[in-house]
Amino acid sequence: MPGNPEDAPAGQAAPVPPAGLTGPVPPPAAQATPLLSLRHAAKSFGAVHAVVDGSADLYPGEAHALLGENGAGKSTMVKMLAGVYPPDEGELLIGGAPVTLHSPAAARDAGIAVIYQEPTLFPDLTVAENIFTGRQPLRGARRIDGKLMRGQAAALFERLGVRLDPGRICRGLPIADQQIVEIAKALSLDARVIVMDEPTAALSAAEVARLFEVVRALRAGGAAVLFISHRLEEVFEICQRVTVMRDGRHVFTSELAGLTADDLVRAMVGRQVAQRAAGGRHEPGAEVLRVERLTREGVFTDVSLRVRAGEIVVLAGLVGSGRSEVARAIFGIDRYDAGMVTLASKPLKKASPAAAMAAGVGYVPEDRRQQGLVMEMSVQQNMALASLSRLRTAGLIRSAAERAFAADWAQRLRLKYGRLTDPVSRLSGGNQQKVVLAKWLGRQPSLLIVDEPTRGIDIATKAEVHTLLGQLASDGVAILMISSELPEVLQNGDRILVMREGRLTAEYPHAEATEEKIMAAATGQTEGQAA
Amino acid sequence: MSAPDHARPGPAALRSVLHGAMRWETGLAVLVVAIVIFGASTSSQFLTSGNIFNMEVTSGEIAIMALPMTLIIISGEIDLSVASILGMSSALLGLLWARHWPMLAIFVVVALLGLAAGLVNGLLVTRLGLPSLAVTIGTLALYRGIALIILGSNTISSFPAAYTSIGVTAVPHTDIPWSVAIFVVLAVIFGVVLHATPTGRSVYAMGAGTEAALFAGIRVKRVKTLLFMTSGLVCALAGVLWTFRLATAVQNNGIGAELNVVAIVLLGGVSIFGGKGSIGGVVLAVVALAGLQGALLLTNFNQEAIGIVIGGLLLVSVFVPNAAPVLARARAFLRAGSPTSEVSHD
Amino acid sequence: MSATVTARREPSGPPAKVSSRRLTERVFRIREFGIIAVLVVFVAVTAAIQPRFIGSQEIGFILSNTTVFALLALGETMVVISRNVDLSIGSVLGLSAYLSASLFGAHHGIPIPLVFLAGLGIGLACGIGNGLMVSIGKVPSLVVTLATLYIIRGVDILIVGGNEVVAQTLPNAFIQIPKANVLGVPYLAIAVAAVIGAGAYYLRSFRSGRDLYAIGSNPEAARLAGIPVGRRVFTAFAVSGAIAGVAGVLWAAQYQTIDSTAGTGYELQVIAAVVVGGVAIFGGSGSAVGAAIGALLLNTINSALYVLGISPFWDQAIAGFLLLVAIALDRLISVRLAAALRRRSSGVGT
Repeated sequence: MPGNPEDAPAGQAAPVPPAGLTGPVPPPAAQATPLLSLRHAAKSFGAVHAVVDGSADLYPGEAHALLGENGAGKSTMVKMLAGVYPPDEGELLIGGAPVTLHSPAAARDAGIAVIYQEPTLFPDLTVAENIFTGRQPLRGARRIDGKLMRGQAAALFERLGVRLDPGRICRGLPIADQQIVEIAKALSLDARVIVMDEPTAALSAAEVARLFEVVRALRAGGAAVLFISHRLEEVFEICQRVTVMRDGRHVFTSELAGLTADDLVRAMVGRQVAQRAAGGRHEPGAEVLRVERLTREGVFTDVSLRVRAGEIVVLAGLVGSGRSEVARAIFGIDRYDAGMVTLASKPLKKASPAAAMAAGVGYVPEDRRQQGLVMEMSVQQNMALASLSRLRTAGLIRSAAERAFAADWAQRLRLKYGRLTDPVSRLSGGNQQKVVLAKWLGRQPSLLIVDEPTRGIDIATKAEVHTLLGQLASDGVAILMISSELPEVLQNGDRILVMREGRLTAEYPHAEATEEKIMAAATGQTEGQAA
Repeated sequence: MSAPDHARPGPAALRSVLHGAMRWETGLAVLVVAIVIFGASTSSQFLTSGNIFNMEVTSGEIAIMALPMTLIIISGEIDLSVASILGMSSALLGLLWARHWPMLAIFVVVALLGLAAGLVNGLLVTRLGLPSLAVTIGTLALYRGIALIILGSNTISSFPAAYTSIGVTAVPHTDIPWSVAIFVVLAVIFGVVLHATPTGRSVYAMGAGTEAALFAGIRVKRVKTLLFMTSGLVCALAGVLWTFRLATAVQNNGIGAELNVVAIVLLGGVSIFGGKGSIGGVVLAVVALAGLQGALLLTNFNQEAIGIVIGGLLLVSVFVPNAAPVLARARAFLRAGSPTSEVSHD
Repeated sequence: MSATVTARREPSGPPAKVSSRRLTERVFRIREFGIIAVLVVFVAVTAAIQPRFIGSQEIGFILSNTTVFALLALGETMVVISRNVDLSIGSVLGLSAYLSASLFGAHHGIPIPLVFLAGLGIGLACGIGNGLMVSIGKVPSLVVTLATLYIIRGVDILIVGGNEVVAQTLPNAFIQIPKANVLGVPYLAIAVAAVIGAGAYYLRSFRSGRDLYAIGSNPEAARLAGIPVGRRVFTAFAVSGAIAGVAGVLWAAQYQTIDSTAGTGYELQVIAAVVVGGVAIFGGSGSAVGAAIGALLLNTINSALYVLGISPFWDQAIAGFLLLVAIALDRLISVRLAAALRRRSSGVGT
């Protein structure tokens, strides 16, 4: 398999914790048994090993941070705790006793509550009803006691130190409030462990402050809070201990006191990633894409960038920093409020994917299953979906031409499939992504936007995709890549732009970029230069 | 995947492809053959094609309306106003004819009315984002009301024989009545559009994966609006044919037929959720139902009760593909009274 | 509900928690009582032009016409709230009307309550059939109830044959049921209003009733929350069928001549009334009272046109137009409401 010989395949280098910290820190003497303990857990999905050796201990009254970059295995750990799937290996101990969670309901009964980034509430029911769904307090003749229910909800909010009207319906509640409702629900179910998955991504500063008060209130009540976040300043503010994971493995657990942000960043990324040798691609050609001061209120602000033919520009940053939104705005799926997009010196019409496609733009979206593919259609049909007008004569699709087109691309991309007419849902993740790529490459775009091109894909196919992208660049295609995986960013980017909370915060040419610099710019540390 | 790396073209692959794609349609075809055999063996008159399109349930007009309805349902929407557009166009035809307009001019105006009605449906669904089920229940009433306003309680029946014999006169030099010929031509057109053009492919994409269709540059709103307009136009045509067949224009022409149209489309194997189905299946369903009605007529079965057969077939069409999981759930339901909790994977 | 990823933003002023509650209530009063307002305005305008419109005879006429529809609207509301639809109610009504009324002819002197029980039983059986298929089969209710619409109507046609039940066979006491009134208001209308009120109260104040709203609002979340979705949906269909059965008996008492076409086309009219009355077509919100008022409004328009001397041919068109306005307005309101509530982020800065 061709590839860069200097690449160390991910996961093989031994994780290197910061000097002086090895293994889990012994618990405070007062509490010997953790509330919850996950030991040496492993979970794989087919060829993808999400978690190889994950561990975490949670004690009553603590807020515990779980850190790691994308792909480190954090969300899989959360799903195991939530009872969504059981670990393949390892054990889960609750109060010292081993437990198997067969379902989310079992996790709930065991006292574990998970607050996801996108809460699922009932939009048409009131806040109080959402909290007490199925368990509404009753008065005479089994009728719901609405007043008591609202009172109990208000009491929960009191305990959390927030004020929220229990009688209003949930439709239109800002995310911050939805989270509070979920937390109140967890509290009403006597949850002892509350897991918060990236809770602050969509919150304003004031809302974050309020959330932290809630966390303190939860801790005071004896619960443990597992806090997953990328925002290191928040981690230092609210948490007492931290567990770092990398490449599916537990790196270390420690008290936060005495650690610096640099320590954490180094632990998260400290692998020996050999840098790609400089050069190996010719000089980039003419400018293909120019984005000037693109703004969409509340989503991204003042984004300007250029991509030239033969160049791979990578937009790095944390999930939620606005990169996909920028890409969608360029391609025309979303609107923007100000700024301009120019393709090959011609202004590109706003909000029209058809216009973008006609101008030579291709877009491989983030969500393969919902946005990139029509899962019920066949491999062949998916590949041809964006090229139908070129495969037709006198208005009719030439099925022989379609078949040949698909077969040709299947061969070029080394697709593994049964028949071209199989539904694309039967393919593995990596091969599905190849189908999406084929769909766009078949149009011979001059600009290809790829959003998280190797997410959820096995290592071998990952490498193939990277090689393919490099090949395309050599052939003169301009590529704008969005990626949250630092090795991918560093390996592929001729220029690396970093976004944070809707703005571009840094730009590094390939030779100067390091994982630490990018991570720092993405999380808001003051390293690096602004673009 | 342990399968070979390349698709193997050839008869084996082709056959299994056909088999996979046409399971429901194959069953329908078998049903049609069975009915024809039964009918032909019972009566020599069974196969006169004139019979087929004079049936209550599968009149030629209903069959025609089922064609654009197929595309609309595959695209993920529904149009319950079809019978009312039929009634509206019938009423307009009657009114203008009573006012001595030339027939050709009437055709043009009626066609425009159908297009306008479909455009209203399309705009309400795509621009305002309203659910098509609710919208077309509203326009069902609105358009039927307009038919009432146009014609009141009048009945116009003074149409020239040249037009009113359309159900029975044949296309010159053939044995095929005009109404049948029109259906066949339209079926071919819609079939080609749905199965062999980029627009048709985009209709499937919209129904099966709206987001993915958008991300592939498909103009979902535009196509859906065009589908509704086409339906309006075809229903206007159906209204004209219905009026000529009955030789009467009256405001309640076609009342209640919309559910018949939906039933035929569903019987043709089109999924109510969108993204699946074929024109071939719908044509087979038309033929099967017409044949059934004819066969029932021969057996003195009260043919108005053919509804039982239609309803039964509808149930078969949704349950049979689901058989195995249904039995498992039935067992769980009867045991515990609540669905088994499922582990959800992302 | 989708999460919009936002960069950090500061709220633009002191929190507006209390007024957001008032805003919600205000908007909801607009919707829930808005339809009452339309009704009142309509009646007022018509009465101003033609005072006999609010005479007791006219009112009684409107009310007795509405009774059957309002009752059907109650059952349909329960089903629609859970994000389903019951298209078979017209056929059930027809079957029940014929079978129960023909009991009088076949068994002289049969007590009237027994006949009502028979009608209820017929409807309940149909509803149970629907409920089982929808909840176990996980098959879309539109298709299932379309199929049973056909099947039940077909059975009805077979049973009726070419016959019909005529008024002479029905006992006087039975025929008087819709006619008996106090000051022009039929006792039946009062009874049905009470039933609808009870139904609405159940939906609002009992756990199983609220479960239906939850199921319609977010079916996945309902499942995850442990709500017995299958059982609740089954019950909704069973009740809808039973109600249609009883409505059939009342229909027989009112119209007295029953053939195989009784109840044809009622399902779409009832759904229209339900949507006009504020029940969202995709479930999750709305009330049975609103639905009944929707039925009342649509019937009132009919009578008003007649009384005003406007051709009754405008009735259908107006009804259809109203329905379109209702759903367009609902959508506009919910979009604006969501945006307004988002802007006033409540509870922040405590």
